[in-house]
Amino acid sequence: MSGVGLEKDTGPAPEAAGAAGALLELRDLHVCYGAIEALKGISLTVAEGEVVALLGANGAGKSTTLKAASGMLAPRTGEVLLRGERVDGIKSHELVHFGIGHVPEGRRVFARMSVLENLRMGAYRLRRPDPDDLDRVFSLFPVLARRRKQVSGTLSGGEQQMLAIGRALMGKPELLLLDEPSMGLAPLIVRQIFEILKEINAQGTTLLLVEQNASQALRLADRGYVLETGTVVMADAAPALLSDPRIRAAYLGEVPE
Amino acid sequence: MSLSDIWDVLVLGVVLGSLYAVIAIGYTLVYGVLQLLNFAHSEVFMSGGFGGVIALTLVEPAAGPTGLQSAGYVLLGMGAGAVLGGAVAFGLEKAAYQPLRRRNAPRLVFLLTAIGASFFLYNLAGKLFGRYPMKMPTMYENKKLFEVFGAGVSVTQLIIVLAGVLMLLTVDLVVNRTKLGSGIRAVAQDPEAAALMGVDIDKVVSRTFVLGGLMGGVAGFLFGTNLQVDYTMGFLPGITAFAAAVLGGIGNVRGAMLGGLTLGVVESFTVEIWGDAWRYVGAFAVLVLVLMFRPTGLLGERVGRTA
Repeated sequence: MSGVGLEKDTGPAPEAAGAAGALLELRDLHVCYGAIEALKGISLTVAEGEVVALLGANGAGKSTTLKAASGMLAPRTGEVLLRGERVDGIKSHELVHFGIGHVPEGRRVFARMSVLENLRMGAYRLRRPDPDDLDRVFSLFPVLARRRKQVSGTLSGGEQQMLAIGRALMGKPELLLLDEPSMGLAPLIVRQIFEILKEINAQGTTLLLVEQNASQALRLADRGYVLETGTVVMADAAPALLSDPRIRAAYLGEVPE
Repeated sequence: MSLSDIWDVLVLGVVLGSLYAVIAIGYTLVYGVLQLLNFAHSEVFMSGGFGGVIALTLVEPAAGPTGLQSAGYVLLGMGAGAVLGGAVAFGLEKAAYQPLRRRNAPRLVFLLTAIGASFFLYNLAGKLFGRYPMKMPTMYENKKLFEVFGAGVSVTQLIIVLAGVLMLLTVDLVVNRTKLGSGIRAVAQDPEAAALMGVDIDKVVSRTFVLGGLMGGVAGFLFGTNLQVDYTMGFLPGITAFAAAVLGGIGNVRGAMLGGLTLGVVESFTVEIWGDAWRYVGAFAVLVLVLMFRPTGLLGERVGRTA
C-alpha cells in the first residue's frame, strides 16, 4: 500500500505536467475523411488565457483540427482533453456546454435571421441568457447594435464576421476557436477585428486561431503551431516564429536571401 | 352563377383550404429542417382520421347530445387524431428517416423511403381497420348555424375553420417565438452552425415531425368528420396539400397557409364551374402557372442551405 503513497509523491509524469495548466489539449489526433487521413497525429496544448495561432497552407489540416476540438468531427484515434477531461466523441451540440465556442470558416451566420436573432441563437445553450452578454457584444461591435434589426444575409463580409464572433461570445465560451476570421476581408477590417480579438482575450477568453494571414495572427498570438499535411512541423513562441526565416519565406511572402 | 352562389362556393373553398393549409404545414416544416419531401405525411393525416373514429366509436356518443357533450366529443376526436398523428409521425421519423440520416444517405433514398413508408402505412391501416369507409359517429346535429352573405355555414364547417385558424396561429407562434422554433429555423438555415450553438439536431427534427403530425392528425379527424374515413383518404388531400406547400414556397410556414387557402378556393370554384371531374385540374393548373412565373412559390425565399 505504501507504494501508492510513493507514486503520489513523485508527482505526475512529465507529459502530464506540461498539460497541467492546459485548457485544451490534443494528443496524437488522427482524423480521416473516408480513406483520406487529414490529421496524422496532431498534438498541441492551449493554456488558459493564451492566444494560440495555427498556421499552414490550404489543406494542412488547420480547420480539421478545430473541428475535431469542437466535436464537429470525431477523431479516429487520439484524445481531446478539456481541463484534463476527455471530450473526444462528444458531439458539438453537447460540447458547447463545456465552454467551447467555434466561429466556423465562412462565418455561417443564419442568413435569414436578423442580427439580434443570430445573437440570441448564440445563447441557445443557456437556460437563462444574461442580458449583459448582449450589451458586451454590442460594446465590442457597435456596428451590430446599429444593425440589430437587419437581416444578416444583407450584412457586409466584415459585419458578418463580427456577428459570427459576437454570436459565439453569447454562449459564454472560455475557449473560442476561430477559423480564418480575416478571410476575404479588407485589411482595415482585418486590423479592426484583430483589435477586438485582443480585447476579447484581455477580458479572459482563451483563443485558438486558424489563420492564413500569418503576420496578423502571430502579432496577436502568444504561441503558434505550423501545420503541414496533417502534422505539426513547428511550434514556438509567436515572436520566434515571426522572425524565423522559414516562416517568413513560406507564410509572409518574403524572398529568402 | 349568382352572387350568393359565389359566397357558397367561397365558404366551401375556405373550409377545404384551411384543411389543406394545416396539412401543408407538416410538409413545409419537415422540408425546412431536412430538405425532405415527406410523402408519408398523407398517412399521418389518415391516421388522425382513424384516431378520431376509433376514439369516438369507443365512447359511443349519446343520441341527441347536449351542447357540452358535443363539444366534448369534438375535442376528444381532435385529441385522438392529434395523438395518433403525432405518434405516427414520430415513429415514421425514428424508424424510416433517422437511420438514413445516420448513414448520410443520398436525397433520392429519402424520397423513395417516404413513398415506401406511405404505401406501407396505408396498407397497414387497410389491414387493421378494413377497407370499407367508416363514418364518423354523430357528435352533434350538423345544422346551418348562420349565413355569410346568403351562404350557409354549418357546424362542421365552422369547427374546421376555427380549428384550422387556431392551429395555424399556434404553429406560427411556435416557429417564430419559442426556443423550439428558433431551433427549427436555425437547423433549416444551417444545421452545422446550429449544432455549434448547442442545438440538438436529432431532437429538433423529431419534434418538427411531431408538430406537423399533431396538426396533420387533427386535420385528418376534421376531414373525416366532413366526409368519411378510409385507408386511402390521405392520398389526394396529401398531394394537394403538398402542392399548396410548394405554391406558397416550400419551407415557408406562412406560405403553406396561403398556398393551402388558395388551392382550396380554386378547387371549390373549379368544381362549381366545370364539374367534379375537373376537381384537381384547376388547383394544379394554378400551381403550374404560379411556378412558371415565380419558381420559389408565392412567399418563397431562396430555399436550401446557406453555405
